[in-house]
Amino acid sequence: MAADARAEALRRELAAGREYLGLERIDGPLVFIKRTHPVGYRELVEIVDAEGRGRLGMVLDTSEDMVVAQVFEGTQALTLPGSKARFRGEPLTVGATRRMLGRTFDGLGRPRDGGPAPLADSRSDVNGRPVNPVAREYPRDFIQTGISAIDGMNTLIRGQKLPIFSGNGLPHNELAAQIARQARLRDGGSEFAVVFAAMGVKHDVARFFERSFEESGVLDKVALFLSLADDPSIERIVTPRVALTVAEHLAFDLGMHVLVVMTDMANYCEALREISTARGEIPSRKGFPGYLYSDLAELYERSGMIRGRPGSITQLPILTMPNDDISHPIPDLTGYITEGQIVLDRSMYGRGVYPPVAGLPSLSRLMKDGIGEGMTREDHPRLAAQLFASYSKVKDVRDLAAVIGEDELAPLDRRYLEFGEFFEKRFVTQARDEDRDIERTLELGWEALGLLPADELRRVTEDDIAAHWVEREAEEGA
Amino acid sequence: MEVRGARAIGRVRRVNGPVVEAAGVDDARMLELVRVGEAALVGEVIKLSGDRAIIQVYEDTTGVRPGEPVVGTGMPLSVELGPGLVGTIYDGIQRPLEALRATGGDFIGRGMSAPALDRGKRWHFTPSLAVGADVAPGDILGTVPETARVEHRVLAPPDVSGRLSWMAAEGEYGVEDAVAVVETASGERRVAMMQRWPIRTPRPAGRRLPATVPLVTGQRVVDTLFPLARGGTVAIPGGFGTGKTMTQHAVAKWCDADLIVYVGCGERGNEMTDVLTEFPKLVDPRTGRSLMERTILIANTSNMPVSAREASVYTGAALAEYYRDMGYHVAVMADSTSRWAEALRELSGRMEEMPAEQGFPAYLATRIASFYERAGSMETLGGGEGSVSIIGAVSPPGGDFSEPVTQHTRRFVRAFWALDRQLANARHYPSISWLDSYSEYADEVRPWWEERVGPEWTADRAEMVGLLRKEVRLLQVAKLVGSDALPDSQRFVIEVCSLFKDAFLRQDAFDEVDRYTSPEKQARMLALVLLYWRRGSLAIKKGATFVELRRLKAVRDIVSARYAIAEGDSKAFDRVAARLERAIDDLEGDYGR
Repeated sequence: MAADARAEALRRELAAGREYLGLERIDGPLVFIKRTHPVGYRELVEIVDAEGRGRLGMVLDTSEDMVVAQVFEGTQALTLPGSKARFRGEPLTVGATRRMLGRTFDGLGRPRDGGPAPLADSRSDVNGRPVNPVAREYPRDFIQTGISAIDGMNTLIRGQKLPIFSGNGLPHNELAAQIARQARLRDGGSEFAVVFAAMGVKHDVARFFERSFEESGVLDKVALFLSLADDPSIERIVTPRVALTVAEHLAFDLGMHVLVVMTDMANYCEALREISTARGEIPSRKGFPGYLYSDLAELYERSGMIRGRPGSITQLPILTMPNDDISHPIPDLTGYITEGQIVLDRSMYGRGVYPPVAGLPSLSRLMKDGIGEGMTREDHPRLAAQLFASYSKVKDVRDLAAVIGEDELAPLDRRYLEFGEFFEKRFVTQARDEDRDIERTLELGWEALGLLPADELRRVTEDDIAAHWVEREAEEGA
Repeated sequence: MEVRGARAIGRVRRVNGPVVEAAGVDDARMLELVRVGEAALVGEVIKLSGDRAIIQVYEDTTGVRPGEPVVGTGMPLSVELGPGLVGTIYDGIQRPLEALRATGGDFIGRGMSAPALDRGKRWHFTPSLAVGADVAPGDILGTVPETARVEHRVLAPPDVSGRLSWMAAEGEYGVEDAVAVVETASGERRVAMMQRWPIRTPRPAGRRLPATVPLVTGQRVVDTLFPLARGGTVAIPGGFGTGKTMTQHAVAKWCDADLIVYVGCGERGNEMTDVLTEFPKLVDPRTGRSLMERTILIANTSNMPVSAREASVYTGAALAEYYRDMGYHVAVMADSTSRWAEALRELSGRMEEMPAEQGFPAYLATRIASFYERAGSMETLGGGEGSVSIIGAVSPPGGDFSEPVTQHTRRFVRAFWALDRQLANARHYPSISWLDSYSEYADEVRPWWEERVGPEWTADRAEMVGLLRKEVRLLQVAKLVGSDALPDSQRFVIEVCSLFKDAFLRQDAFDEVDRYTSPEKQARMLALVLLYWRRGSLAIKKGATFVELRRLKAVRDIVSARYAIAEGDSKAFDRVAARLERAIDDLEGDYGR
């Protein structure tokens, strides 16, 4: 066995030293190299251009007579005869260490802040390995974000993957930053870290997050991986993998609670489509490759908790829905993998509601196990269910009012309108720096229900009504 | 590992994701199980052409290079069948995940393997036949207590018949030990508790039996409105967040099957963990034993290799058929068949096949059909009765039911539980739409219901279904003019339907009483809503108003019956009904005769 390993190491070294002069073909982000030694699938390759600068890439297809590789740093200015290819004999790895916190890296994990590369504790394949389902620990710890629409209605749980579905011009960055600032466990304690992966976002977005972390004094707890809008698009495919590999080290080797913010998943998916198209693959919906689901799952499933290890990875991916269309393949496939979604609503934002969290399509799948007695409050599950049910009726009443006019509404319907107003303007709406505790959130929820008659409340028990419900008149101008 | 027939069959020529092309192949068999490369990754031959073989690999192929060896095992991709399956969690190609964790750690690496059935474990075998007996395929040779509630029956394999020439004495045996020897026409056959079966071949059985007994799920909307029969097939389509998995879990927990095979196919890791942590704690209302003692889990989560996802549903079907042959009623949950279809699409694309609709291969429909056809209520080879019911979740992109997987599935299943986005948004669970769903079994299981809960059930159910239909039309009108503009008799229809939804159709999966409702209680609850409807509409004719009727205190009792009245407490139902009658009597009294 040991002899085998030595022979293998030697073989790799020899192969890594070999250089191939001249490329066969360059097609978008892909390069084709002819007649190489046997190259492994997903092996790391370095393409050296005529000036002697190296660019990293990965093998996508390998056969006896042709190797296809994608070049992360773009193929601009490469020439067919003048370029050299060097295979590394191993997949792309990244060195991870606690010392990466407080630093800024590029999309491939190299320092971007001018500092030296930190000495790595461990190097691992950026593609990660699937967690054995029996090794997982089911997440059930309530994270208080201080945001009523989330804590009360779509509770975030430690180890959850909860994306924000947004649109261009909506305040998803503000919301993500607010969550990152305010998120804490009720019993406090334990060490936390934030890993931030930017894929194809603008410089000022990256700057916004940096400033927000700086102002709240946590910048030394944050590792930033930036592949910005003007970086080569193919690099984006690796950026979240590099970030998640570092996050896994922090969480599962060092026992930290890591929040991973990834933005913008739409750019990631588009880079994937670019490669797929260049390879001439058969597309499924909207030109995206058939394996988009599996590919996204490889990222999103790298979250959660592992039995017997103290740390956790909570993912907060942000994606802008093209044309605000939730049935577009990117949000659609994401929603099938993640444990719920926070959907931002343009018309609510237009009415001045911040955070404009759409009441009905938003969902947290892990909420059921993280709320209630001993975790938040005993009546929380039923209160949330009642708010959802009543709020869904508000939509119907608003539609009706649009047809027959508000004045013609029956008294009960009018009370639903008042409830809807209060719910959006007082329960959901809060300031960008307002940190509401869960008690205040639940109290506001009951205040909203106070606007409805008791016999409309069928999702709460008689005891709940006796304990919390007080009938109220709508305030003028509320 | 099986070594019989193992031989080098060629070398790797090309690697493209999970699809590997081998060259220099002359004696590979179609669908043969092979080991690829130095890491000995598990693969299956899916295409042969000249000296080339296309192999689909069930593990991550990172690092595999051209020139590496390909070894054939001489047998098709098979499952191991025998005691020790129940209560175990496997991946898509039947690798036991607990054992992999014990040897390989928290993450799944490449080339890891462990036998599906624990070779070290001893089982207590009791013979059922004596030496000299005639043995036919499917006969019970002996029994093993597999779990406290599953008696494992060791069957004569489908190709073994003759005279029993030796039988093991009662005692402890490993799964590979011989327990019987049968003198067959072609010589002696040694039979062990463990057998192998290729996953893509349905196990033989006798004739198909009609599906007349419902698979009682304890879920009211299912049992009363859209029943599933034992041996039946049903699809659960729904966009993300509409509660497919929740519905599957609820059925897996509470249905009256003897065994559950739960296939998590391309879904979330945490959902499997949820099943793993929750099922052992839950108690079956019929046997009082832990639910894990009747459950086999197959977990191929979305981040695990895509080709193993393709195999996982067949693995599940083969295990289910094995227990069916013992005379058990087995329910297979496949969550989600769309991920399985997508795996087909991905592999097809990598092989550069010509696509049909939306990139799916042209054989999608036949594959779906052959999977669902493995369900059925059967006479077993041994002469008993067993069934396999298949409950398949479908995840249509964008929640659009016109996409190929939903459409093709619809052709081959006989019941359809359509999940509704609006209901899910209002947190009405299970969000099975009473308008878009259907069940062709409803008529077939009617005699069973009438015998079990009384002849009035058929009429009650029909009346309620009629009311729900009527409500749709009324709601359309109400949307235009406001419900105030409708006459009280019509507003009362809407009110009764809304009560029915809250008091009957909605079911809380987390409430200890509400999560399971017996057929008897379902019939009582339905009767209660209809009592309110029948008496109420008479009262309206006599002059009572709609508002008075909805204000009745007794209405709250109907709503709370689902969690406030325990199973078997029919007196409580009598009391609520009497209170309701009295209240309406009083109301009518106010309006004089």
